[in-house]
Amino acid sequence: MTHTLLARKADAPAPARGRLTVSPRTRSVIDKLIGAVVVLWGAATAAFLAQIALPGDRATTILNVRSGQTQLRTPEELAPINAEYGLQNPIVVQYLDYIGGLLRGDLGISYQQHRPVWGIIAEQVGATLTLTAVTLVLAWLIMVFWVTLTAGRSSRIRALGSGVDTVTAGLPPYWLGIILLLVFALGLGWFPVIGGAGANGIVLPALTLAIPLAGFMGQATRTEFERSLDAPFIVTARMRGMGDLSIRLRHVLRHAVLPAVTLSGWAIGSTISGAVIAESLFTRPGIGRVLIAAVDSQDLPVVTGIVVLVAAAYVITNLLVDLAYIVIDPRMKNS
Amino acid sequence: MTILDIDTEQRTNQLDSTPPVRLSVDNLNVGFERHGSVRPVVKNVSFDLREGQCVAIVGESGSGKSVTARTLVGLTGGNAVVDADALRLGDENLTALSPKRWRSIRGRRIGFILQDALVSLDPLRPVGKEIEEALKLHGWGDRTSRKRKVIDLLTSVGVPSPENRSRQRPDELSGGLRQRALIASALALDPEIVIADEPTTALDVTVQAQVLQLLEEMKQRGTSIILISHDLSVVAHLADHILVMSGGEVVEQGSAHEILTAPKHPYTQSLINAVPSRETRGTRLAPATGVAPVHTAAHANDEHAGFDGPVLEAEGLVKNFTAPDGTLTTAVNNVSFTLGRGETLGIVGESGSGKSTTARIALALDTADAGTVRLLGQDWSAVPETKRRRLRKQISVVYQDPLSSFDPRWNVERILLDSLPAGAFATATARRERVLALLAQVGLPDSVVHRFPLQLSGGQRQRVAIARALAPSPSIVVLDEAVSALDVSIQAQILDLLVDLQKEFGLSYLFISHDLGVISHLSDRVLVMKDGVVVESGDADQIFTRPAHPYTQELLGALPTLDESHTVAGASVSPSSSTEGQE
Amino acid sequence: MTAVSERTVTAVARKRRISVGFTASAITLAIFVVAALAPNILSTQDPLAMDFTQALQSPSLAHWFGTDESGRDLFSRVVYGTRESLAIGVGAAGLAILVALVLGSIAALAGRIPAGIVNRLIEVLFAFPTLLLALLLVSVLGASPITLVISVGLGSAPGYARMVRGQILSSKNSGYVEAARALGHSRFTIFRQHILPNALRPLIAIFTMGVGQSIVWASGMAFIGLGVAPPSSEWGALLDAGRAYITQASWLVVLPGFVIVVLALAATTLGKHIQSSLEKGETA
Repeated sequence: MTHTLLARKADAPAPARGRLTVSPRTRSVIDKLIGAVVVLWGAATAAFLAQIALPGDRATTILNVRSGQTQLRTPEELAPINAEYGLQNPIVVQYLDYIGGLLRGDLGISYQQHRPVWGIIAEQVGATLTLTAVTLVLAWLIMVFWVTLTAGRSSRIRALGSGVDTVTAGLPPYWLGIILLLVFALGLGWFPVIGGAGANGIVLPALTLAIPLAGFMGQATRTEFERSLDAPFIVTARMRGMGDLSIRLRHVLRHAVLPAVTLSGWAIGSTISGAVIAESLFTRPGIGRVLIAAVDSQDLPVVTGIVVLVAAAYVITNLLVDLAYIVIDPRMKNS
Repeated sequence: MTILDIDTEQRTNQLDSTPPVRLSVDNLNVGFERHGSVRPVVKNVSFDLREGQCVAIVGESGSGKSVTARTLVGLTGGNAVVDADALRLGDENLTALSPKRWRSIRGRRIGFILQDALVSLDPLRPVGKEIEEALKLHGWGDRTSRKRKVIDLLTSVGVPSPENRSRQRPDELSGGLRQRALIASALALDPEIVIADEPTTALDVTVQAQVLQLLEEMKQRGTSIILISHDLSVVAHLADHILVMSGGEVVEQGSAHEILTAPKHPYTQSLINAVPSRETRGTRLAPATGVAPVHTAAHANDEHAGFDGPVLEAEGLVKNFTAPDGTLTTAVNNVSFTLGRGETLGIVGESGSGKSTTARIALALDTADAGTVRLLGQDWSAVPETKRRRLRKQISVVYQDPLSSFDPRWNVERILLDSLPAGAFATATARRERVLALLAQVGLPDSVVHRFPLQLSGGQRQRVAIARALAPSPSIVVLDEAVSALDVSIQAQILDLLVDLQKEFGLSYLFISHDLGVISHLSDRVLVMKDGVVVESGDADQIFTRPAHPYTQELLGALPTLDESHTVAGASVSPSSSTEGQE
Repeated sequence: MTAVSERTVTAVARKRRISVGFTASAITLAIFVVAALAPNILSTQDPLAMDFTQALQSPSLAHWFGTDESGRDLFSRVVYGTRESLAIGVGAAGLAILVALVLGSIAALAGRIPAGIVNRLIEVLFAFPTLLLALLLVSVLGASPITLVISVGLGSAPGYARMVRGQILSSKNSGYVEAARALGHSRFTIFRQHILPNALRPLIAIFTMGVGQSIVWASGMAFIGLGVAPPSSEWGALLDAGRAYITQASWLVVLPGFVIVVLALAATTLGKHIQSSLEKGETA
């Protein structure tokens, strides 16, 4: 996961070219919106391509997925399926139909359950979004606390701090989840083994996803935190008589969280897909379990529906991140 | 070097009738602990700072001057070992203070001004908030009275329309205004002592003059100042007492007059001699060094030796840049110049004047939107790069930051081998010999060939960069701020080397710098640039003795000199002067 | 004015000190390589020998990692599973880097239009989290070790591609490239001598980290039943098989998982050391 972070840092935004005379703000908003639309369109196209790339005759696959048997089908059996999914149309028409459907909020019809994908996802998405939200809040709290506590201290504490970041960032969520499950649910009995609907049930699944995320964001934040601690403006603040804790909280933190804020869009996408593991392990409802079942049975409309939704979440978060950036770093307004 | 034993009696006599002592430093030693051993960085520093006086600490990088300054506010660092016979601020013993007590002294009794406010004020906050923070930390007044005080402070340091300015961030203010805001934040609680650590480094000369003028006024109001600088000329007219530090030791201290007019220690003398100016032209700046450049006649440049016109001619150069917001700025506007064989043309200007863009166009690394450059009488800017390559060996370049101009994977030998023109040397042995000859020419020993740029000192790196520039036996060398990042004594050595090389090989220099002293030391003719336009050009003597354009006059007036009686002319506290635009 | 001489000294001093983290992670990885190449050296028992009287024994001196439901020695199974796990990790990381190199180079070096298209493509793919992209590919291709390599490799490629692009761009705009232009070197020479080597060097570090990360992803897929399936002793398959016994015999999941954590950590640590020594060499 480290690489993605590095990629972000190394990528200096290329200066825009052209001689349009729009205000820089409008211009950057337009640029961002175009970028968002392109990402969504790309995601939808990838989803469509995945569906037609499925090996074998699709109508046969659909019937087989639906019945759970693998056998050859007669043209009489296939005809209604072809009509229902529009499979007799040329690919271009199918593509346009698919994109048109997406624009109307239609994600297609599940092969297996034979009902709209949107309905299947809508039933389950609430639980996953709750888990995602709790995870993100926990991750930020853990990360800010740990970095503020350990960054820029004596070399031993620094080593401990960044060591914990590295270890937690690399922890596979399934393994961490098992350890949490064994210790806090089976061992100590503090939390239910099966994450029910109660508030108590969300703690372990959320921690399972939040701890690695905190470690990952912590690496980026720590670097920036320590860089800022050495910055001349921090020396100036100390020279004014400011104490260390105030310096960390009031000056340094604001600079240090910028890279982690940039990562938010990525973090949301990765948390939603990480929910696959947490939901499976803690037997929680949510789109993660829907996804596993769908991948397992090759119910592609469901898989691609979730893919498109995650891409949308990523795009929307990134737009929000850009707004948050202007609040945290007002220099962005002009540049 | 040994510590110059200052005659205590003499010092007492001299300062007897002067105002009371505010800060007394006696035998201060500071070291940094690492892996169980202590590395001393400040040794036996002693001085007294009196009311309304200025003590200057002058030294080059690594001299311990900044560590000394930070120790005086208790911020030496976590692993520092501080020891002093006495360290007193009024009746407060600074050697035994709790962190809390230190915080109450910082900002309230001792103010601190760092270098460029662009990095010394929080870039994410309005400057007013930063100034207010100083007041708030020490429990000064309530919210509304603090707001008023911030406006008063900004007014007192000469910031126009302070209400608006206080709401702007450092990057929204011009260099002069934000430096004033930084000073206002240090002065917020009217501290008895202000420590200014390189307060004008990285600032344009005209802004520097304004800042020095402001410090002068503070001193006259009774504030005591400790001024830290690498540049003797910056401290010359402000300091009452000067300490010269080198390698952690005070090699010499005394009244400003003594130090500047009759320096006793050879190091002080060499520092003073190292400062380039119009007067030093034609003389050597640095004392003879261990490795003297070897004179060889390997600079074969017969191909164009017969050509006797100007080696470089630029005519009507224009370069526009489009800002991200779509606005068009003209970085270079109708610039023309000629450079004769064996001549040095200096281009001087402040940041943003377009001097470096002009250099890049001259090197054909950037294309001009209009105008042409001719090299040795041939088309240069107007032909495609493939045609230019044949002529490239005639013009080479030395940058300000040599480190970034070297591929980090290559050692010195590989860097220099790569810069030899293809086919000029038949055998690998001949190429190696040429590399060693080049190193000898720039005064470097053979032993550096296997070193990597990172393993060289700043001065050595710049010598390697010069050797690389000489490798193709060029007619012209473009020196873009080539000595600006060097300590003054190293700068002196490099300038001497450049003069030697020019004499030996008949090189023509296009010398770009913001530093009038360096320009005047080296140049035959000078181009003064401002906002992309050449405001004045001509013979160096004429420019420096009888400047015609007001901007040149202002630049020269703002130039600090070693003459202590010199008051900075052309700089006024009210930023009405032409350079103080609002960005 | 910068304290150039001092910095040089510390940079050199830093290089000389051999780090504990570097040594430990290098030794750890070496052990894994041995396990992959010659598992019989490290294993204590036949990984396939079943003994139902010894089923679900907790870890002991005889069975370091305990035994599974068929009485097979878990430690030996983990040792014998190393080859397949490592192969999947190396294959996926290698594929990811290859794809990233192609996309990143085009995005950084090609003309305005192809670069723009590839740039957008990278951004689109980056919108899919690695796991999701991998799941999408598995649902199309079906679960198998080869699919796993392809899907994990392609899943992590967009992140690497962004990085390669950034690396090439910063090298392209560096002072040494300009210096080489000023010396009159041709575009191709500059690309071959400066841009390519400087962009490729950090890939060693990325690859090292990527191997560990890919094994984590691949075993995660197996954990949810979409990776390599039992009875293989690939680590993910061990996890998948052990899940059923999590309440009675937690070591069946905890210990193989721990081995994966150790490998991933060693790979990350080593990669970071390589990276920071490269960065120090470049920018200190």
